[in-house]
Amino acid sequence: MKKRTHRGRIWVLLDRNGKLIEDIDTDQIYHNAFLHITEVSEMGKHALGNLEGWKDFAGKAAPGDILVAGRNFGAGSSRQQAVDCFIALKIGAILTPSFASIYFRNAVNSGLPVLKSARIEHLVAGSKLESGDEVDVDFLSGRALNVSKGVSFEVEPMGVVQREIFEAGNLFAFGRSLDRRD
Amino acid sequence: MGKTIIEKIIQAHTRDEARAGRIVWMNLDIRSARDFGGPNVVKHYEREYGDSPLADRTKIFFTFDLCAPACLLRYADNQQACRDFALKHGIKVYDVDQGIGTHVLMEEGLAQPNSTVVGTDSHMNILGAVGSFGQGMGDVDIAFAFRTGRTWFEVPETVNVVIKGALKKPVSAKDLTLFLVRELGTKRLALKAAEFYGDAVAGLSLAGRLTLCSMITEMAGIIGFIPEHNNAAGKEIENFAGAPFSPFAADKDASYAETIELNIQGLPPQVAVPPSPTNVRPVAELRGVRINSGFIGSCTNGRTEDVAAAARILKGRKVKAGVMLKVVPATRRVYQELLAKGILQDLFESGAIIVNPGCGGCAEGHVGLTGKGEVQISTGNRNFAGKQGKGETYLASPAVVAASCVAGQIASPEDL
Ligand code: SF4
Repeated sequence: MKKRTHRGRIWVLLDRNGKLIEDIDTDQIYHNAFLHITEVSEMGKHALGNLEGWKDFAGKAAPGDILVAGRNFGAGSSRQQAVDCFIALKIGAILTPSFASIYFRNAVNSGLPVLKSARIEHLVAGSKLESGDEVDVDFLSGRALNVSKGVSFEVEPMGVVQREIFEAGNLFAFGRSLDRRD
Repeated sequence: MGKTIIEKIIQAHTRDEARAGRIVWMNLDIRSARDFGGPNVVKHYEREYGDSPLADRTKIFFTFDLCAPACLLRYADNQQACRDFALKHGIKVYDVDQGIGTHVLMEEGLAQPNSTVVGTDSHMNILGAVGSFGQGMGDVDIAFAFRTGRTWFEVPETVNVVIKGALKKPVSAKDLTLFLVRELGTKRLALKAAEFYGDAVAGLSLAGRLTLCSMITEMAGIIGFIPEHNNAAGKEIENFAGAPFSPFAADKDASYAETIELNIQGLPPQVAVPPSPTNVRPVAELRGVRINSGFIGSCTNGRTEDVAAAARILKGRKVKAGVMLKVVPATRRVYQELLAKGILQDLFESGAIIVNPGCGGCAEGHVGLTGKGEVQISTGNRNFAGKQGKGETYLASPAVVAASCVAGQIASPEDL
């Protein structure tokens, strides 16, 4: 069973004017020029490769890091690579006010913790969440703490299906656990 | 309490209670994968399930439409990996000659009204146009669906969109759709289904219904339905489906997230300005923007009627010297209709480049890419930065794209 809490360094996806970037689409996360790749381990280097100001993200990110972005993250296509590139980099979680629907499913199915929090825009605007901060998140209770700044906040806890798939590892492993239960 | 259309379709496919906000396990009728995503599905399947059989292989398809025929080695390899898998498991491939997967599934009568249809294409929800619950999914989901025939799904809330006023020719379904994208943005329908009511949408042809439903994705919605239809659209859908068209209607006491009323009376042709499909302005405000190329096609505007609308403007005229106009019919059937009607001849004589059916423009590996500094006007559905190359893409109706290609700058058909 996977750990229900995670602590990691955050990257807050800001644009040139210091604003949280909204509507980041899957071509910005993982460009269509690399859709031929089927090996997850080769996807990491393309993560955010078409997002202005963040094209060097793959080189900067470390395992366990947490991504913080604006609303409607993962808009656009259904490509799983836009999730799997973060799995390849061992990103610990993604926090945003909202995700595009297909993206959210893909992340859940791949076992990548994706968590929504209505507080994010406010916290980022008030400099209460900044790149480099250490953040603690409890996926099940929804309690989160910016350890670096001593600010606590809430995220939506994982739903039942999301939690079950996460705990099993991914959708395939979860499916096998269902077979055993039946 | 009554149910919305999406609740009814999902309810017909689950033992759980299908009510907005609930997560249910849903049975999937048609499952498909295209040349992007498909090879990943194959890889997942073989790793996770080995030689285990698919759940009802007669309802599983590959549809190759992105890099068709493959013009890069890596896509040729990927497509062949899918073909080999298909042969081994006895499933049908709609190959690189057939055109856009969603349109092919519709034409082949596989996307039945009130059914569930999934595939590795974020515009699967275009099938709302024929009353089926189409949904794009990632390759993990689809591999799982190939094996099990089902998936989990959160039943979305529905927004009731009522459109007042009439469309006046040459203002088209695309202009109406771009107007809706502007008005509804990426927030009002986000993660929700929509039902569109009003004479203007009820009067749309099948091609027009497809145009509107295709851009729900750009509005961040789950799917859009147009519950009312005219006779011609109904007939066309019946011809494809091979059965009377009786889509579910919402119950009178169904509960909606909200009702939005919009008025389109007097709507002029619209253009979406890069880099966002929501950045929509009347064509008059963009008149004179120089263009290097035009694109007519895509799941949004690749039907016979769309190409014919462009051809009416191009007939007897010439594409401006120095402008490339690329025309990509949605499917082989469309291509054949265009041939039979002499429309391809008119396009050819105007100077257009006519390409075999497929997606085009949306990804590397097909026509419609733009170079740095290039300005393109397209009938497609997306113009995000970098999506079709380094150039800039404006989105418009087939008529506006055709007029612009004649003028060499963004223009309305009346300007010619
Ligand atoms: S035309 Fe473009 S948006 Fe439509 S299905 Fe093909 S790739 Fe997707």
